[in-house]
Formats: sequence, C-alpha cells, structure tokens
Amino acid sequence: MNWFTKTFSSTIGRKIIMSITGLFLCSFLVVHLAGNLTLFYKDGGEAFNIYSHFMANNMLIRIMEIVLVLGFVFHIYDAVVLTRRNKAARPVGYYNSHPEQNSTWSSRNMGLLGTVILVFLLVHLWNFFVPARFGELEGVPNADYLNLYSEVVLAFKNPIYVALYVIAMVALAYHLIHGFQSAFQSLGLNHKKYTPFIQKFGYAFSVLICLGFAAIPLYFFFFV
Amino acid sequence: MDLTLKVWRQKNREAAGAMVTYPVKGISPDMSFLEMLDVLNEDLLRRGEDPIAFDHDCREGICGMCSLYINGRPHGPERGTTTCQLHMRHFNDGDTISIEPWRAAAFPVHKDLVVDRSAFDRIQQAGGYISVNTGGVPDANAIPIGKSIADKAFDAATCIGCGACVAACKNSSAMLFVSAKVSQLAMLPQGKTERKTRAENMVSQMDVEGFGACSNTGACAAECPVGISLENIAILNREYLSAKATSEHVA
Repeated sequence: MNWFTKTFSSTIGRKIIMSITGLFLCSFLVVHLAGNLTLFYKDGGEAFNIYSHFMANNMLIRIMEIVLVLGFVFHIYDAVVLTRRNKAARPVGYYNSHPEQNSTWSSRNMGLLGTVILVFLLVHLWNFFVPARFGELEGVPNADYLNLYSEVVLAFKNPIYVALYVIAMVALAYHLIHGFQSAFQSLGLNHKKYTPFIQKFGYAFSVLICLGFAAIPLYFFFFV
Repeated sequence: MDLTLKVWRQKNREAAGAMVTYPVKGISPDMSFLEMLDVLNEDLLRRGEDPIAFDHDCREGICGMCSLYINGRPHGPERGTTTCQLHMRHFNDGDTISIEPWRAAAFPVHKDLVVDRSAFDRIQQAGGYISVNTGGVPDANAIPIGKSIADKAFDAATCIGCGACVAACKNSSAMLFVSAKVSQLAMLPQGKTERKTRAENMVSQMDVEGFGACSNTGACAAECPVGISLENIAILNREYLSAKATSEHVA
C-alpha cells in the first residue's frame, strides 16, 4: 500500500472520508429542499416541472449527479467497513451497560439511522427518479417538459408512503444532529471559538431541513 | 451495608467465563470499592475458594492500574473517579452491583476482572516518547513555553492509561488515550521534533491492535477519571492528517 491508500484505510482516514462525504451530502440536502419548495407554489405544478426539467437536462447537474452518487457510495462503503471493524473490536459484550448515561442515543445508532435513510432513499428513487429519468412520465399539454408534479400528487395520496417519508425524515434529523457536528470533530476542527456555534448551527440545520422535507408529503396528503 | 455482587469469573484466557453472585455483609460506607472487594476475597479465602482477581496498585487514583465496569459504567457511576477512589457511601444498603472487566478484543481477559492492557504499552512504544540525547541537565527555563500551552499539555499528560475510554466506547476505540499522548507531546517544543512519525506510528499501532474507530459519541471523555477532553481527539485527527500529507514516509 502506498501512503495514500494507507491513510484512507486507517480508522482516522475512513472517518475523514465519512465527514467529507457527509458534509457534501448535507449540501445536497439544501439544494434538493430549495428545489422541492417550488411544490408549494399554487400553479398546478408548473414551477416544479420546469425545475425538474432543468435538473434532468442541465449538463452541470448531470455531472454533479455522478459526484453525488460517489458521495453516497463512499459514505455507505466506509460506514460498513467501520461498523464491521467496530463490532469486531468488542467480541464479548457487557452483561450490564448504561451507555445512555454517557452519550446520546443518536451518536450510538448512526448505522441504524443510516440504514433507515438508505431504505427510504431506494424507495424515493423508485418513486420519482426512475420515472423521471427513464421516461415514464406524461407530457404537459403545450409545454416542452414532463409532468413529475402529477407523480408527486399521486404518491403522496398513499398513506404508507407519507408515513415512510415522515419516519425517514425523523431518522435523517437524528442522523444529522450527531453527524453534522461530528464531521467537524473528525476533521480536527474543534475550538472553543467556533465549536459551540457549529453544534448549535448543526442542530438547527438538521431540524429545519428535515421539517422542510417532511412538510411536503404532509401538505399533499392533507391539503392538496 | 449488605450488598449482592454479580462478578465476572473467568479461570484464564481460554476458559469461558460467567457472572457469579456473591452476597457481602457488614460493608462500611467509608470503604473504597476495592476494600469492599478485599472483604469479599477474605471471605472466599476462608471458605477455601479462589479469590476474585482484580487489578490495583497505588489506590490513590494516580497510577491507572484499577479498572472494573461497575453497574454498567467504567470505574462506576461517579464522575472523574477511579475505582480505588470510589467509596461505598455512593451505594445503598441492599443494592445489587454488577462488576465486569473492560471489554475489548485488544484487552483480552487474563483472569476474572484482570485484562491485559499491554496493547496500550505497544502503542506508547510506537511513538509516545521523545528521544533525548544524554548530556548535562538543561536549565529549567531554557525553553520558554507559554502558560496556555503548558496548561493544555499538562491536562493531556494527566492521562493515566487506565483504559476506561476503551471500556466506555461502543467501538472499543482507543482514540482518547492515543490523542492524549499525541497532543501532549505535539504541543511541547521537545515533542515537536518527532511529531509526524509519532502521529503516524501510534495511529498505525492502534489500528493493528484491533481497537475500533471513533464515532465521536463522547462516552470516553464522560467516563475518563482524569477528565481528558474531546479536543485532544480533534488535535490527533489534525496531527495525523497533516503528518500523512507532509511527512517523508512515502510507503
């Protein structure tokens, strides 16, 4: 192994990959939510359809899509490798243990929360990305874009989907509450000048982003 | 005080262990936890049974020899306390107390409550030192060190290497221990000479020993009897990354 692979296959190196990909995925959430908020325009889905048409056809977005997939792949791959290593580090567990007295639940269950998010992600891609990308959408009369909005309306009349989406967003919120500030710690960015701000900002970021996402299925289920 | 103890008994490294229940009677609240175990061991010896093996040395909280996972917490439920400094007045008459060894693949159980912590020694040997040539004793104030740096280095240096961080961590990670050693020496002029090889070699040895990765749960710092802070782990991450990016070791 050369120095590069040695660095990024060490435990610290893998955590650095986890934090960089994690923060990158946070930036994706901001872009995704910003676009999705067009769903609240009361224009029969025109703004949302134009937005989704842009996302499906713009060259820069298509390139970033590949980077995004790589971000997910590295984040998940390193999570699996680290989890297996961490489990192997304690082959015999405790008879009586009280981790709740020294650490938060979310910090101890990032793998479980991540798995819930992954299951949601696959269902979500199947719901919207696959039909949008692989041309199963209907056209919009007198417009050169397709109607993804009608898919959204249809999907969010299904109470099972709505429940899954809301549960997944709760899981995402807890994942981010620990993950956001933890990423800075893994990168060595811990200082009394800015760490309190990062922790508060991370908490607010996690809650607001997930509230924003969860509001969409609830809005369509109850009000559209 | 009368108590019921549930203690991990294991004959040797190879044998399978189990929790065994022992009643103890007439414990003074002024006894330390280890003195309470001494009382139980004397009873066991009188009955011709094998006494419970546990690590201890100075019994004044400075050597790092005592361990014990008591009621689900390393060194028991009190903050900033080693087991030898934990007093029985923190328990109630009639309590049931569970006592287990540290659990980690890198800390195999030697006997009963005694674990082999030589993995920590090997990590230290990989870089937790400064190389000093022999010669005259240098003048005490020849190398000026700022007060804030001196304080931080001293705080990191208080690590007694007991292994409570590993025992508390859900991943059995040794990051708090390694970070205390690395950051202490990286901050001081005498340690700066070898700071890159130190960070690289100590982390490499930590991984070889089979400790887990850091999930930043903070359980280690919460349970550390001498209060080593999580800032040290951030310093270690920085030290490691910059050493990997700038050291002369290409392989």
